[in-house]
Amino acid sequence: MNLSRTARAVLWGALAAGLAVIYVPLAVVVLNSFNADRTFGWPPPGFTLDWWAAAWRSTGMREALWTSVQAASGATLIALLLGTMAAFAVQRYSFFGRDTVSLLIVLPIALPGIVTGIALSNTFHTVLGIPLGLFTVIVGHATFCVVTVYNNVLARLRRLGVSIEEASADLGADTFTTFRLVTFPMMRSALLAGGLLAFALSFDEIIVTTFTAGAGVRTLPIWIFENLFRPNQAPVVNVVAAALIVLSVIPIWLAQRITGEASRY
Amino acid sequence: MRSIPRMAAAVAALALAAACGSTETAAPAAPAPGVSGFTPPKIDALASLGAGEGQVNLVAWAGYVEDGSTDPKVDWVTEFESSTGCQVNTKTAGTSDEMVNLMKTGEYDAVSASGDASLRLIAAGDVAPVNTSLIPNYADVFPGLKDKPWNSVGGVSYGVPHGRGANLLMWRTDTVNPAPDSWGVVFDPASPYKGKVTAYDSPIYIADAAVYLMSTKPELGIKNPYALDDTQFQAAVDLLKQQRTIIGEYWSDYTKEIQAFKSGDSVVGTTWQVIANLATAEKAPIEVTLPKEGATGWSDTWMVAAAAKHPNCAYRWLDWIISPKANAQVAEWFGEAPSNSKSCAETADPKHCDTFHATDEDYFSKVYYWTTPIPQCLDGRTDVTCKDYAEWTRAWTEIKG
Amino acid sequence: MRRRLATFLHRHARVRLSLLLSAPLAWLGLAYLGALAALLVTAFWSTDTFTGNLIRTFTWANFEDLVTGEVYRTIALRSLGVAAAVTLIDLVVAFPMAFAMAKLASPRAQRWLVIAVLTPLWASYLVKAYAWRVLLSADGLLGWGYGLGATILTLSYLWLPYMILPIYAGLERLPNSLLDAAGDLGARGWRTFRTVVWPLAFPAVVAGSIFTFSLSLGDYITVKIVGGRSQLIGNVVYDNIGAANNLPFAAAVATVPVLIMLVYLAAVRRTGALENL
Repeated sequence: MNLSRTARAVLWGALAAGLAVIYVPLAVVVLNSFNADRTFGWPPPGFTLDWWAAAWRSTGMREALWTSVQAASGATLIALLLGTMAAFAVQRYSFFGRDTVSLLIVLPIALPGIVTGIALSNTFHTVLGIPLGLFTVIVGHATFCVVTVYNNVLARLRRLGVSIEEASADLGADTFTTFRLVTFPMMRSALLAGGLLAFALSFDEIIVTTFTAGAGVRTLPIWIFENLFRPNQAPVVNVVAAALIVLSVIPIWLAQRITGEASRY
Repeated sequence: MRSIPRMAAAVAALALAAACGSTETAAPAAPAPGVSGFTPPKIDALASLGAGEGQVNLVAWAGYVEDGSTDPKVDWVTEFESSTGCQVNTKTAGTSDEMVNLMKTGEYDAVSASGDASLRLIAAGDVAPVNTSLIPNYADVFPGLKDKPWNSVGGVSYGVPHGRGANLLMWRTDTVNPAPDSWGVVFDPASPYKGKVTAYDSPIYIADAAVYLMSTKPELGIKNPYALDDTQFQAAVDLLKQQRTIIGEYWSDYTKEIQAFKSGDSVVGTTWQVIANLATAEKAPIEVTLPKEGATGWSDTWMVAAAAKHPNCAYRWLDWIISPKANAQVAEWFGEAPSNSKSCAETADPKHCDTFHATDEDYFSKVYYWTTPIPQCLDGRTDVTCKDYAEWTRAWTEIKG
Repeated sequence: MRRRLATFLHRHARVRLSLLLSAPLAWLGLAYLGALAALLVTAFWSTDTFTGNLIRTFTWANFEDLVTGEVYRTIALRSLGVAAAVTLIDLVVAFPMAFAMAKLASPRAQRWLVIAVLTPLWASYLVKAYAWRVLLSADGLLGWGYGLGATILTLSYLWLPYMILPIYAGLERLPNSLLDAAGDLGARGWRTFRTVVWPLAFPAVVAGSIFTFSLSLGDYITVKIVGGRSQLIGNVVYDNIGAANNLPFAAAVATVPVLIMLVYLAAVRRTGALENL
């Protein structure tokens, strides 16, 4: 691309500066996980491994992590299913109100979380009489996660066209076989990208969770929320965040690899 | 983030008047008509203790029911479970209203209700009277906490007291001179500490302004900071609007306030004893006092659900949580004064009870325990309507602007 | 059996369509919209202030209070301003970053840059907000203090990846040949940007702005951590439901951000932004 040398330098500079801005506070988080001061006093008066040891021992944290993984997995599965179905319907068929479907799917993420949260909790509580629990958290998260899968699949379907599927049908494959052998493999990376984003959205969600989590259901963000405001526990929270930053690279990297390899489709 | 009276409560003025006056024993037995303002639904207390049901579902404030999952050393649940066979399931509530809502679901057996929730639970018939004769440790609870308007109605006890504390005035000794002994320092619009004053971020903080007005504007005739008529309420709101101009930030959690005082972002404002202790431990140059005007405070109550599915285990829990050892543990972990007089001998820090003034009835006589403001004036007036908590909440929104 | 079903489905496009649409529509159309509608109905009720029980009789009182209360107007406008400022800041920061990622970096570097942008999403939102509190504190690294400015800054930081990713995806789809063609036809950098890049990337920009705008509009936690003495519309909703147990009034207040977002969505719908999220 024929950009001037200055333009290139400015753009690279902006990228580097932006990444620096993103990572400085994260560095503070990591540093604070070793900070001897319980309330993140700055500059740190000393360094300690106590918080890492405390986090390692904390069964509450491990339970919360497991709850979060369950909630995010459940929400992601539902989102994958609903998002793919909706994307197929919108991309492969024309019908009355097709534009409205897009709007409907975007709505849960476009409306502030507190609105979605109180609307759902009100419905569970007073309208349906469903006791709040892990199930209601999954329902709440799935609602705003559908959109990520939907958009990824929609973009992929648009790029693919229908000719390959038609060829498959012409060669005698029925609807299911075509989906299994032709359509699905081509969509795999889009599903992965959408699913990963859905998982991440659910994993760090706190506002909708606050209103839909039932007795004893403590996702990691809720655990962090509770502990951040407990004087003896705040530094442990930094440990968890620091560990998550490091661990998160694995799923993202894997997904990137698969997406990268699959992008030849 | 608890945006509300996180722990506590109560209809303080009457208790206060009673504690100071000679009617100490008579007052709780015969509350003034306006005080309770309602007749609770007739529900019978448990008559005798049966076998445990194998589990108990609790609604509690964070830090009240610790089973070692937060810190292996902080655990007063495991021993309860092994000695009674009652498995404990806890739901941590963030606010008093969450507690009230959770208790309405009928899924829980007991709740650590603050005074701003306890009366509502009693009025709605969500909790049952408690037969204190089935709770041996009740005998050792400080008399100053028994039969109070926030845990009893018409002389009938609805729960056992858990602990108590006061909202204090904290300041940085290196910047605030001379040492304040009055709330005036946080209300003075010409304060030299402008932009570094902090206040508790909750509608209930309006009561703090009312406490200050009780001594600075006696002509308003405020008897109970939770029973404010139109004029009194307006005066408190005006005072807080004026205070806002010198506020640096409102605080709502420990970490935030300790950090602000350590860094010097805040130099004077309301606090809890536990925050002061932690800030001191972190070498912040701070000092606290109970100002001469008195202060607001809290006192929580463990109550049993009217529809409890595991009442026998719930009673065992009530007895356990006010037993000297467990009560001492929870008081130290949470940072408040224990309710059991024998707990003072059990605390890990031998000075805990002194630090938190556990046995100092004179100290607590200056404390107006948090309670829910209701339209029926809590000070017994029947000729006016008082502002209820919904109006306090709207006013708080307006004060913050 | 399977074969017959497959043939049936193959011949009946309408049946296929309804099978595909039924579940998503039931979930979002019935359950979610139903929940929102129920909330809206609640806004016309009131609560017994003492026992906290709902009183199910129709009243305009909540909306009257909302409309006549000057403070709510101020807060709504402030929240709108904060959301707009956050969106603008994120756009200005994110666009060059996304452009460099999509058009200057090698495919291999792109993969790593996307990871670099995604990673902070996994560090808890609360922890990051607190990190900013530490940075902004009087004796912190930046020491700028707390307030509305700090809130805007922190929110911009928190939502930045949500702006970068859609723009990056949008720009990546834009063929390089198009930019080269513009260059060949004599357009300089700025002109190419204004006439070619921006119009084509616009839907992606709007998609990103939906995230930043709505996330900022609904936030009540960040402002508590770094906002000093300020409050936003999310706090009013939260305080009324959390502290006062006044769901009807909270629901009435919640209609304000809903309306703002609906207007926003209606305005941007034609750009195709909704498919770029």
